[in-house]
Amino acid sequence: MSAIYFDNAATSWPKPEAMMRAMADFNANVGANPGRSGHRLSIEAGRIVFDARERIAVLLGAGDPCTVIFARNATEAVNTAVRGLLRPGDHVITSSMEHNSVMRPLRAAEREGVELTVVACSASGEISPADVARAVKRNTRALFVTHASNVTGTIMPVDELAAVAHERGILICVDAAQTAGSVPIEVEKTGIDMLFFTGHKSLYGPQGTGGMYIRKGLEALVAPLERGGTGSRSEFEDQPEFMPDRFESGTPNTIGIAGLGAGVEHVLSTGVETIRKKEAALTGLFMEGLRAVGGVTVYGPREALKKTAVVSFGIEGISPSDISFGLDERFNIMSRPGLHCAPSAHRTIGTFPTGTVRFSFGIFNTEEEINAALRAIEILVKENK
Amino acid sequence: MTGKPDYLIALFNSVSHVIRAERILNGQGIPHKIVPVPKHISSDCGVCIRFLPEYRDQIIQKLEGKTEIIEIREL
Repeated sequence: MSAIYFDNAATSWPKPEAMMRAMADFNANVGANPGRSGHRLSIEAGRIVFDARERIAVLLGAGDPCTVIFARNATEAVNTAVRGLLRPGDHVITSSMEHNSVMRPLRAAEREGVELTVVACSASGEISPADVARAVKRNTRALFVTHASNVTGTIMPVDELAAVAHERGILICVDAAQTAGSVPIEVEKTGIDMLFFTGHKSLYGPQGTGGMYIRKGLEALVAPLERGGTGSRSEFEDQPEFMPDRFESGTPNTIGIAGLGAGVEHVLSTGVETIRKKEAALTGLFMEGLRAVGGVTVYGPREALKKTAVVSFGIEGISPSDISFGLDERFNIMSRPGLHCAPSAHRTIGTFPTGTVRFSFGIFNTEEEINAALRAIEILVKENK
Repeated sequence: MTGKPDYLIALFNSVSHVIRAERILNGQGIPHKIVPVPKHISSDCGVCIRFLPEYRDQIIQKLEGKTEIIEIREL
């Protein structure tokens, strides 16, 4: 049997044909530096970058494409926001389900004088908006929260959290690494101030792409992480203040962005709701099957609609790494064991330091693959008895 | 050169804004061309949009609130 890839929450694979074609086409026929030189290939490269920006804006519900900026990944975008926005003496709130891409920059800010409150989530990874409201203080600047946990898939109530943030006059900054492309997002309708996305997961772009949305006007309060050439205002030695150039210094990953644009186009033409339904059906099928196998503990919400296509589980008596290794070696199934770069989330659900085995599905997975994986897990459980 | 200029150019903040303007003008069927910013206008290494004077008002109206024109100049 060919490889079964259930590690889409780390990086989605395979990718749409159009994504690979776009990258090959850029290298073969365009190749130039976007917006730097003014010749037709440079302008064409600029169009490719702009198209990707525009599609992401459409996907996220942002009216102005220039409120979307590109970065190396979601992590770089989170670092830009944390370092650019928070000052010593500010207070910031986050959840106990955060990935280290959020937790580590916040912990570093804490050492530099930013006050940090980590709101504890339930054992299934759910956050209470009332707990967040209670954590707000006079000097609270922002709430940094994941849209969905990369460990349990738990989807956070972003609408309610945004309402709490607005009532209390603080910013809401959302890590959508696990959701952009697979769960509907409306930044403007919801009132999200900043949103971080990665290109290589549910947007079906290549690794090395990502970025963020910043609400119009807010960019003035966020210092850029880096400064450099932008192809604009070249006669001045100060960084431009306008978007997107303020946060996009140096030659971008144009070939990656070409692929990302095609990946997002695939998501838009398929429809996020359609993707969501398909992934929820696969997730539901897998969780149901796991429950039928004795000796397996499934973490996170029981209902597929309360989570992304991520399922964390453990088998009594076998370590997560042995399970993943066995699945890979004997059954050609790719999964991810361990702490998934989110130690706080594992503490929250009670699986620290052992971790869990994580299966994460994407648009190219099938019911047959889920059934094959369930049979493999059943064999591992039986052998262990 | 006498009378009306042959062409006008619209200057924007950066290439992203130029391409956004191009997308809008293409959608509206307004003739234009992306050209390098002339050296006598700015030392910038970027691009701008060139068009015939008769389209000036239409261009201003269609881009209003969508992408900021920094300046319109005679070429």
